Amino acid sequence: MTNAHAKPTLRVDDVACFFDVSPSWFDRTVMRKPQRTLKAVDGLSFVIPRGTTFSIVGESGCGKSTLARMVVGLYQPTRGTLSFADGSGRDGFVRTQMIFQDPFASLNPRWRVGAIIAEPIKQMALRPSGVETQARVRQLLETVGLSGQDSNRYPHEFSGGQRQRISIARALAAEPEFLVCDEPTSALDVSVQAQILNLLKDLQRELGLTYLFISHNLAAVRHVSDRVAVMYLGRIVEEAATDEIFERPQHPYTRFLLDTVPNLDRPNRDRMQATVDLPSPIDPPPGCAYNPRCPLATDICRTAAPESHPVGGSLVRCHHAIA
Amino acid sequence: MRAAPLPNDRPDTGPVLDIRDLVVEFPTRRGVLTAIRGVSVTVERGEILGIVGESGAGKSLTGAAVIGLLEPPGRIAGGEIRIRGRRIDNLPKRDMMALRGSTIGAIFQDPLTSLNPLLTVGDQLIETIRCHLPLSRAEAAMRAIDLLNEVGIPSAELRLQQYPHQFSGGMRQRVVIALALAGEPDLVVADEPTTALDVSIQAQITALLKRICRDRGTAVMLVTHDMGVIAETADRVAVMYAGRIVEIGPVDDIIRRPQHPYTRGLIGSIPSLVTSHERLVQIDGAMPRLNSMPAGCAFHPRCVLADTRCRSTLPPLLTNGSGLAACWNLAAGNAVEAA
Repeated sequence: MTNAHAKPTLRVDDVACFFDVSPSWFDRTVMRKPQRTLKAVDGLSFVIPRGTTFSIVGESGCGKSTLARMVVGLYQPTRGTLSFADGSGRDGFVRTQMIFQDPFASLNPRWRVGAIIAEPIKQMALRPSGVETQARVRQLLETVGLSGQDSNRYPHEFSGGQRQRISIARALAAEPEFLVCDEPTSALDVSVQAQILNLLKDLQRELGLTYLFISHNLAAVRHVSDRVAVMYLGRIVEEAATDEIFERPQHPYTRFLLDTVPNLDRPNRDRMQATVDLPSPIDPPPGCAYNPRCPLATDICRTAAPESHPVGGSLVRCHHAIA
Repeated sequence: MRAAPLPNDRPDTGPVLDIRDLVVEFPTRRGVLTAIRGVSVTVERGEILGIVGESGAGKSLTGAAVIGLLEPPGRIAGGEIRIRGRRIDNLPKRDMMALRGSTIGAIFQDPLTSLNPLLTVGDQLIETIRCHLPLSRAEAAMRAIDLLNEVGIPSAELRLQQYPHQFSGGMRQRVVIALALAGEPDLVVADEPTTALDVSIQAQITALLKRICRDRGTAVMLVTHDMGVIAETADRVAVMYAGRIVEIGPVDDIIRRPQHPYTRGLIGSIPSLVTSHERLVQIDGAMPRLNSMPAGCAFHPRCVLADTRCRSTLPPLLTNGSGLAACWNLAAGNAVEAA
């Protein structure tokens, strides 16, 4: 494991994902309505080294879940490539699994927990016999902090946090090296969120997993990540090591996000407020997409889209961030 | 004992909302489940009281009981709720309907489902205003514009003609707040008003609630699971666990020096933006179910300090520093340093 540490597991190279949201064929021919494209994700490039956690943060509609779905292969990128390094899976690929946001919707209510967790093992024939599959299911349940006897119960008998543990056990059943966690704690209470975040960290240490962690909760992101990328309207506006981004944010959007988070250490303060709502990704503003909300915006921001360039230890997409 | 005041008698002294020993229960086929077990709390004029707790703690039910919108078969089985001294928990449905909107305003979590998608925002506002105030349609429309301006919606005249789907999430929640204020209520019950919104929009809505509370002197009962929102918005906070208040006090004190072991765990489990800890404090286990409530202190199965008295006898809510806390370990005076 140690010699493979610096090797990237996932390399994302100039990936874009567009959706056709045009009006119907009839409207376009008769009413002369134009074709429209929603650029959910555009020009993303990053690398996730093995055994680390890479987080994506951003508001709703910024494209973070589209990215997660491309990584697990639920969407095909319109442009660019996502490539995994050689893994230790049976066929030489890195196996990926996903943990979803809502533990109430992501487990089949008619299946016993044991069957839910055994399904990937049976599908991929990871264990030769039924007895060994059952033993593996019990072992997985204990790994995520439940008891082996829980395999005979149904999902409705468990609380939200326990269900999310079952989701994690199901993801681990496929023996993945790479886990995509799409808002894994946002449906949970804070005390339960702490349990799940601690569990994810422990599993990473024990099994050498690599995580792509997607969240809008900046505090949770700070707690779990090694590297963080901030997305705004389909683009990464800033990417840096976790401490760097939280202690020395460079992009005005990152600074704004950090300032709007309720902070327990400073109660009853007046937060900075957004004056303009998030623009629609179908019709993004010209130039830098952030310019209508940005306090630093000048003429160049309204005409030219900034390129990503290094500032300090960060990669920043802003005309006004200068090294 | 003072006599029950007349409906139009509104003494300006005393709390706006006064809940005493509220008990809410749900009769089921397998027996009666008690969801709220004796909650007493007051909200003063111009004060924001935060109610915080995990799912199932009974915080939303407390709010629903005040608005008179407990889902059947849920019912108020004991205690009383008074608004400006007038008892409201035993009012007939019709009187409660008149009260709701005029004396009590309500803001719910999801702004899309609390607005009618088939009516323009103007129609909904005008209808609500005319329901509670004796105004003509034109006067009500003027008032609707004032309300939209007050909650910070630009070009209000134009916005009145639009439907809810033409508003963004944050703007919709502002419309809901305008609706809640339409009858000039003394008390606003806000149940998770920012949970469905992005953080950047959250900040706008909490600032708006604070401004309304300050400018109009409205009392606000803010129900949320988000300690961060409470920290920024509330004056006092009540922490609920398994249907009871376990700690209540000024927000700064509760956040800086939580006393009850549950509050301490709750605050410790929130990841910090300022420092990164290797491990978060976690409260093991989960809240007990209503049908298997433990004897004594409901928190004892998860509490590291639990002893024999905690397992047998319910701790009373006693003065502790600037607030109240229900814990035998604090009552005995051997307060333990924060872990």
